[in-house]
Amino acid sequence: MTTRRQFLVAAAGIGLASGARATPESMREAMRQVTGGAPVRQGRVKLDLPVLIDNGNAVALGVTVESPMTPADHVKAIHVFNERNPLPGVISVFLGPRAGRAQLHTRVRLADSQTVTAIAQLSDGSFWSDSVQVTVTLAACAEES
Amino acid sequence: MSTVSTARTIVRMPATAKRGEVIEIRTLVGHVMETGFRRAAAGGLVPRDIVRNFVCSYNGAEVFRAELHPAIAANPLVSFTVVAAESGSLEFRWSGDNGFAASASASLVVT
Repeated sequence: MTTRRQFLVAAAGIGLASGARATPESMREAMRQVTGGAPVRQGRVKLDLPVLIDNGNAVALGVTVESPMTPADHVKAIHVFNERNPLPGVISVFLGPRAGRAQLHTRVRLADSQTVTAIAQLSDGSFWSDSVQVTVTLAACAEES
Repeated sequence: MSTVSTARTIVRMPATAKRGEVIEIRTLVGHVMETGFRRAAAGGLVPRDIVRNFVCSYNGAEVFRAELHPAIAANPLVSFTVVAAESGSLEFRWSGDNGFAASASASLVVT
């Protein structure tokens, strides 16, 4: 038999679970795990994302990084983060000179209007980024289908 | 182009290329990408079921790899580029929750 106390504790747990979301802080923390605290500079990265999004369930996202992609100077990884989905990570890709170009396209879910950030890790150890502020009209994954 | 997999996969890329040319490869795998954050009608969360990894190998050497999170839309599309270095085959592998595995391969003739 469920006591009132057990019920309240369980209800609070459900409330916490449904309220769990990435925040600007958790996005920064996820970025720190990738960069190890190294400085991230603006530039060289271009994040392509529509500014106004009707439907957050499948949003075309593109990232290109200016790089010669030679063995001596290339992009090693591209990471994409968001602020307001349940989790801050979106996608991480690992590439090298054999990719020829540092370019990525995919389709993402966006749960809310927020800032999306792409970070590129270069072979010299530097990090570069670009951010886009998007407005989402119909949020992804909010309700069951 | 031959395809061996448990799920529907699509790979679009040129069949031939000049040596040193950068070619674009577009891939798609059929998958629900259940986030693990949706609520079922009966209450409780629908368990997560996503594709977590994608790897492209070119004649056995890994040239591109992706780690996917629940924020990737259903039927994950990943498009990227490779340098056409030599003729051979490209292998594409997806893996994910609940033992999900899919693969596809394509051949490339480099002139």
